[in-house]
Amino acid sequence: MSEAQLEIQAIALVTAVACALPGAFLILRRMALMTDAISHSILLGIVLAFFVVGSVGSPLLIVGAALMGIVTVVLVETLANTKRVGKDAAIGLVFPALFSIAVILIARFADDVHLDVDAVLLGELAFAPFQRFAINGYDLGPRALWVMGVILVLNLAGLALFYKELKVATFDAALAAALGFSPILVHYGLMGAVSVTAVGAFDAVGSVLVVALMIAPPATAYLLTDRLSRMIATSALIGAITAIGGFWLAHWLDASIAGSMATTAGFIFGLAFLFARDRGLFALLRRRKRQRWEFAQEMLVVHLLHHEHGPDAEQENRVAHLQEGLRWEGDFTEEVVGRARRRGLVYLADGLLTLTDAGRDHARRSFAA
Amino acid sequence: MFELFTDYTLRTVALGAGILGIVSGVLGSFTVLRHQSLLGDAISHAALPGIVLAFLLTGSNQPLPLIVGAGVAGWLGTLLVRTIVRNTRIKNDGALGLVLSVFFGMGLMLLTYSQSRPDASQAGLDKFLFGQAAALLRNDVITIAILGGVAIVVVALFWKEFKLLSFDPEFGSALGFRMGTIDVLLTTLVVIAIVIGLQTVGVVLMSAMVVAPGAAARQWTDRLGVMVCLSALFGALSGVTGALLSSTGARLPTGPMVVLSASAIVLLSLLFAPNRGLVLDKLRSRRVPISTDPQGQAGL
Repeated sequence: MSEAQLEIQAIALVTAVACALPGAFLILRRMALMTDAISHSILLGIVLAFFVVGSVGSPLLIVGAALMGIVTVVLVETLANTKRVGKDAAIGLVFPALFSIAVILIARFADDVHLDVDAVLLGELAFAPFQRFAINGYDLGPRALWVMGVILVLNLAGLALFYKELKVATFDAALAAALGFSPILVHYGLMGAVSVTAVGAFDAVGSVLVVALMIAPPATAYLLTDRLSRMIATSALIGAITAIGGFWLAHWLDASIAGSMATTAGFIFGLAFLFARDRGLFALLRRRKRQRWEFAQEMLVVHLLHHEHGPDAEQENRVAHLQEGLRWEGDFTEEVVGRARRRGLVYLADGLLTLTDAGRDHARRSFAA
Repeated sequence: MFELFTDYTLRTVALGAGILGIVSGVLGSFTVLRHQSLLGDAISHAALPGIVLAFLLTGSNQPLPLIVGAGVAGWLGTLLVRTIVRNTRIKNDGALGLVLSVFFGMGLMLLTYSQSRPDASQAGLDKFLFGQAAALLRNDVITIAILGGVAIVVVALFWKEFKLLSFDPEFGSALGFRMGTIDVLLTTLVVIAIVIGLQTVGVVLMSAMVVAPGAAARQWTDRLGVMVCLSALFGALSGVTGALLSSTGARLPTGPMVVLSASAIVLLSLLFAPNRGLVLDKLRSRRVPISTDPQGQAGL
């Protein structure tokens, strides 16, 4: 592994973890698409800050971009609060307009400088190590690593300091207000963190990957755990796996690192979606199937109880009659009777079904329920 | 303005953008009403891997194969969003963001993979990303017109069903309509409206075209028929205005100009529409308490 490869992986890793931390709250607060809006509209912030500062390398560009992220959030909420359009439409109206202004400004006034729309949208992590961070001519490593490192530390600090506030405001905004800390303040704090993280990250990996890294790992973690703290930790871990896995996928295919990382993130989500222990699709199907047999057995014992000791019990409680009495298919009937016998709910003699004591209890209980 | 009738390129571009505006305006009305405005964003991003795969498989950069590829991928994307929302506790926004970014990333990976191979020639793919209305050819406009025309005819045929779907799907099911199938049909039409526009205004900005005209039209009326027609009109107006403005030559890219024209219409509608307009609303709310309640007895 060359030094550049190590550096790229380090940048990817730090970026992915930094994005995953606020991402968990975005998923829980149903604001996932705000990342999409912010990551696009920060382009306008960068362009405007560039006009003020006049250079592309200035850290003021990051400040301008982060401010524009907040402006986007404010605009979306102002528009939604007029009640004239839905929140979804408000997002869909604001960020394309801001992005359009940015593209036009670049085309008209900044075409000759290095403000490339392609690069902003798609990013090219492979070039990140070329931008060095140096003090007095002493090379301290890639600039992106420092930028994202600082942002990661800020996010960690914010999370540690305001964990309780974030948690309460996310799950119970009314309680948060009653306890005396403003949900609005928490909201804008979080949005500020998202903006700064998105700005730092998109410089290295492009705006679309920012969205992927902020949403996919937390969404995956959401399927794996019910505890907030564990969800955040799992998101960070999945982000890290995404970063390293994506890098080697890109290396193998000779393709875009950002694209490969997004693909890896999607693949990991797919695995969780299918195989998660409690919430995966297969677990869900298994549960539905079990419930179907469960329900059928209940119907069977209730049917038997209903006709027990009745004049027609001899006829109604025969296996052969169930097909007609309960309108079941032959194979299905056999399977249900088999399961009920194995559980000791009924016993079978000469084609006649009789409830055991356990079966009678079960039937009464399902009546009571 | 006169150039519209003499300049061949400009006429082609304006016509293409105008038709596009009509189609996305009609279908956008429904997405706005159904609170699915960001579905368009997801579809347009999700289309990228389909475009690249279609290009890799057919080796052609004619509009139709790429549009078909984009359509299939966009459609699969919406299907995935629906599957995720139905089977997990992840909500609509999370599922949309996930599909949008992962599909787009996959497209980017495939695109760079195809470019890294020696036999690569991928002209025409970039313009799907960012849109290049100025490069619209007569052939492209015909494709847009045919596909868009089909979409509008289908909307007319299923008008009643789409209306039910937008306002009261439960009632629709009770009447015996298969609302699930109708939902898929409408979504398919939205996919068509979006993929035919990708080439003109690009991935990022196409999503605005299925939101802005509908959101503007909603301010002027409470009737679906009027809203859809107005939305189509606003869409066409944005398309043609954007094309004309960008043709003034001062390095104004068409896609963003179209979107800004649409945004301007939205802003004007929000402010000045007769019933829902914010300006009139402000004026009314200032006058109301004085004129209707002279004795201060309204509360009784």
